[in-house]
Amino acid sequence: MRSDAARPAAPLGLRLATWAGVLFLHVPLALIVLYAFSSEDKSYVFPPPGLTTQWFGVALQRADVWDAILLSGQVALWATAIALVLGTLAAGALARTQFFGREAISLLLILPIALPGVVTGIALRSAYHTLEIPFSFWTIVVGHATFCVVVVYNNAIARLRRISPSLIEASMDLGANAFQTFRHVLLPQLGSALLAGALLAFALSFDEVIVTTFTAGQQTTLPIWMLQELIRPRQRPVTNVVAVFIIALTFIPIIAAYWLTRSGEDTPHR
Amino acid sequence: MNVSVAPTVEAAGLAAPRGGWLDRVSTLLYTRRGLLVGALIAPPLLWFGVIYLGSLFALLANSFFHLDDFSGQVVRELGLQNFREILEPANLDVAWRSITMATLVTLACIALGLPVAYYMARHARGAGKALLYVAVMLPLWSSYLVRLYAWKLLLAKEGAISWLAQALHLQWLLDAVLATPVIGGNSLSFSPIGTFLVFVYMWLPFVILPIQAALERIPPSLLEASSDLGASPLQTFRQVTLPLAMPGIAAGSIFSFSLTLGDYIIPQVIGNSTLYIGQVVYRQQGVAGNLPFAAAFSLVPILIIGVYLWLAKRKGAFDAL
Repeated sequence: MRSDAARPAAPLGLRLATWAGVLFLHVPLALIVLYAFSSEDKSYVFPPPGLTTQWFGVALQRADVWDAILLSGQVALWATAIALVLGTLAAGALARTQFFGREAISLLLILPIALPGVVTGIALRSAYHTLEIPFSFWTIVVGHATFCVVVVYNNAIARLRRISPSLIEASMDLGANAFQTFRHVLLPQLGSALLAGALLAFALSFDEVIVTTFTAGQQTTLPIWMLQELIRPRQRPVTNVVAVFIIALTFIPIIAAYWLTRSGEDTPHR
Repeated sequence: MNVSVAPTVEAAGLAAPRGGWLDRVSTLLYTRRGLLVGALIAPPLLWFGVIYLGSLFALLANSFFHLDDFSGQVVRELGLQNFREILEPANLDVAWRSITMATLVTLACIALGLPVAYYMARHARGAGKALLYVAVMLPLWSSYLVRLYAWKLLLAKEGAISWLAQALHLQWLLDAVLATPVIGGNSLSFSPIGTFLVFVYMWLPFVILPIQAALERIPPSLLEASSDLGASPLQTFRQVTLPLAMPGIAAGSIFSFSLTLGDYIIPQVIGNSTLYIGQVVYRQQGVAGNLPFAAAFSLVPILIIGVYLWLAKRKGAFDAL
């Protein structure tokens, strides 16, 4: 029996260390937001001498920023779609089954994320180079889809393991075929997990830079645009604004995905 | 749809096909699970087998080719030239520096992450716990480049850390750190200590979450038993909690170690010009156009991580992932 009342409160040192850790994780992000409003346009001087919203307007006018956002969005949509199909299929095959090579397959799905991005990137580049495939939109999508599969897979398999097999048997007993069972029984149960996986895959692809630098030719995705700004800054305040935009754009899907999978865990039979 | 067709039980008595090809396929898949699993796994297996494993083989093949010194073209003949080149002192130096950095970053991430993970698993409750979880998860998933950019702002000579050091009258401390050979430099954003700080920041959430998951699985009764038997909280932590958290720590360390070893952007943006494995790979394939050497050099982190994974597996890290 767990007795919360009898447990002593967390020691002060532990609490301090925890909140220091959380601050360490979030102060830099808060700082970015502050800098987006800074009226100083040349240096990184802290604290900002004044605050202004003018740079949001300037950033909105920039065609290169919009092109990069558009390209990243398109790549992420395709990568997510492919990952959604492949990840769901893989989860369906590997949940509740035992067969020869099962472990190897699940390792294979994790590998593109477990190995450093530089390895995945250069491996794909070697393949394109060897097969003499020119760089294009699709060479980026293939790379992104490959490492996005695992996110969908993880979410789908976790949910599949919680769905009672008797539900499927009942559906079949009542005369539904496998496709009807999938459509009317399995899919509604899987829905929020797949949506969460898709959101995370989208966020992952939208933010990916290492694999992209190896698999893109002249294309500039948003992270590549950001990287160029980091190495050779052109208009610093615009970079600050774009950074805030990226924070907003990644936080929303992440929180949504968290909420979707969490409510699924708390009330599995709602 | 086709359910209304009257069933006709076959002599085999296995199932009742109700007409309609969908039903027949369905029955076939239901009665032969192997076929169903095979049909499900075929597309992902094909994708990963052809594209991903194919690429890894292309990487391996390229690592045995070499660049023609005169034409600058890749010569597709198998040879060990690249691997001899890797053994040159300058390249071994890069590998060694990367491993040292990855090890130090991993140790720092564990030291910083352990209290947070412990508090999350043992003390936080309800809304506070959810808040902490989201607070750790957001930076994990949020933009790598934006977070790196934030550190460029923080570490710059006129940036927030310098300002803070002055405000607290600790400028002497900052100067002393920057004056230290090996770790110091012109400013925080041009020094190995800056690189180290950013690495720790980047991978900290990746280390916290597996440790938290491992701590969460420890039954509280074990800790109560330990204190009933007279152990001090510190003794309980060292002799009960820590060994049981080991798989989680090992799992988290895989991330911080592997990610540091392969990263080439952080040391390029923050740091002086000292090279790490990822940068050498990136530059060789890009600026120098020497894809074969880059391919060969990228096998170094794979090899090191292979050894690391093997060690971590023995610590039970894979059960905690």
